[in-house]
Amino acid sequence: MSLNVILFFVLALIAAVSSVMMITRRQAVISALFLVINFFALAGIYLLLQAQFIAVVQVIVYAGAIMVLFLFVIMLINTETEEKFLERAKSFKIFAIAIALLVFAEMAYAILHAHPSALLPKISENVSNGTIQSVGKALYTDYVVPFEAAGFLLLSATIGALILAKKKFD
Amino acid sequence: MIHVSLTHYLVVSAFLFSFGLYGVVTRKNAVMVLMGIELILNSANINFVAFSKFGNYGLNGQIMALFVIILAAAEAAIALAIVLNIYKTFAHVDVDKINNLKE
Repeated sequence: MSLNVILFFVLALIAAVSSVMMITRRQAVISALFLVINFFALAGIYLLLQAQFIAVVQVIVYAGAIMVLFLFVIMLINTETEEKFLERAKSFKIFAIAIALLVFAEMAYAILHAHPSALLPKISENVSNGTIQSVGKALYTDYVVPFEAAGFLLLSATIGALILAKKKFD
Repeated sequence: MIHVSLTHYLVVSAFLFSFGLYGVVTRKNAVMVLMGIELILNSANINFVAFSKFGNYGLNGQIMALFVIILAAAEAAIALAIVLNIYKTFAHVDVDKINNLKE
């Protein structure tokens, strides 16, 4: 067992357990904190996949910015009303479990029967790492149009969020 | 000797996806539904990055994962603004009881 294998299984276990805890907790704040743990585990998985830049972005943008936004909204929304959220009906829950299990079984069947590793070409030795240099070079050469479009999307999302959240003019 | 293959990553991703789906379906709090969606987006990201490494596709998968993160940030900003508006209008964020656009 090399270090990579151990790290992968530890991180995958953390990601799985924290996602289960996130879904099952009643308090939204606790769920959000478990989601942060999940994002950190995923950042570790990205590091194992040699995607250093994605791992850093995952921590800064997801675990940092997006979760802060979520926590702010959870805290702005009255938490007393949270206690009133009763469980849904039993039949509904069974239905949801059935849907989730069905989707998981379908994907697991597809993954295990397709032998994806065999279908893919052999990994060449000079696999490019996801360092900030190589990702930045790809972003500003091959992907410059989508990159600019993403910037424009972020700008319009910011303006849209501002307009939606601000107080109404009278 | 075990080694971590593409299949392992895909199974982790499938697990996260189905749990995110379960969360989206069962939770009544709109913020929790959004958090389930974030989980689903992350599971797709694992797939992108894993295929990028094991599929010999260079950096294409990682760039896609980056765009997914950008989209998730934009989506979270807009969706949370909408949730705040819902709270202002209805004084709760129970997705079962929000069934009209005005009043």
